[in-house]
Amino acid sequence: MKPILIEEVQDILETFENKELYFHLETTSGAYAAQNKEKLAVGAYIRNGSLQFTNVKIAGSGPFRVGFKLKEGWMYAEGLTDYQLDDGRLLMAGHDDSGRLAIAVQLSYTPFD
Amino acid sequence: MEKQVLVIFPHPDDEAFGTAGLMTKFINEGVPVTYACATLGEMGRNMGNPFFATRETLPEVRKKELKDACQAMGVNDLRMLGFRDKTLEFEDPELLVSTFSKLVDELKPSLVITFYPGYGIHPDHDACGAAVVEAIRRLPASDRPTLYTLPITPDRESVLGKPDKVFDVTDVLDTKIKTIEAHRSQTEAMVARLDDGSLDPNSDIMTFIKQESFWIYPFDE
Repeated sequence: MKPILIEEVQDILETFENKELYFHLETTSGAYAAQNKEKLAVGAYIRNGSLQFTNVKIAGSGPFRVGFKLKEGWMYAEGLTDYQLDDGRLLMAGHDDSGRLAIAVQLSYTPFD
Repeated sequence: MEKQVLVIFPHPDDEAFGTAGLMTKFINEGVPVTYACATLGEMGRNMGNPFFATRETLPEVRKKELKDACQAMGVNDLRMLGFRDKTLEFEDPELLVSTFSKLVDELKPSLVITFYPGYGIHPDHDACGAAVVEAIRRLPASDRPTLYTLPITPDRESVLGKPDKVFDVTDVLDTKIKTIEAHRSQTEAMVARLDDGSLDPNSDIMTFIKQESFWIYPFDE
């Protein structure tokens, strides 16, 4: 993956507008985070959910936020740092300084494995 | 001497710190060891700096690491069971139990090794351990293999008492460290400290690596 360039990613995101998509959305503080009693371990995960969005915007000066206006709602994510266009799929993720993934947003026309 | 050992864990690298030494000792004695790994650790967080993986390529990276780890230990019967990381506790428990029962029926192990359910920290560890315990509980008492379980919560000794079995694995430490190193995506930060000698041989982590402790699961009738 490479660091997000906001204009490039905005252009790629717009190519997915108004299409039937599969998405992967994930956040995690790590399965072992609860060992540290002061920290609440949180995470959420959807793989191959299906959606269509009518508008999309990537915002911020890094790490970035991305918001998808759905036909009947919204989806957004924040903390994104890197992206990769991978065989027609858009992978976006937020990594900390040591390369640990904390959030991922991925769009594809076909289901993820 | 054991006739057949069956190790069942949910993630590649779960064997590395707690049982790789004992697995190596068995293999060196000529005891067949099967390692059944339920998932490929697909949800691992460490993508490296610089990146060596994405969420989508990580499963292949970790599959390779798992095979390398087995090669390091000399394990030639690796079963990758095809479950998905972080989902075991949400599966129908019967699916897990029947998967493990089939392995036990096929291999007829004299010893099975897994996590101690309830003391696993990670939900997959607990779900895996609980299903292995249930699979063995369903056997007639006289047919049950010995079950070594690994509790990993910090309070394990205060709740469960001292381990029933403690193995010094200093004699196979090189192999154990190679096994840990094979899981590079999970261990590279720690391995760097092993390699540059900054870990004192008497440090806590080295003491921890040199000793493997197990609690024999009590099947109360």
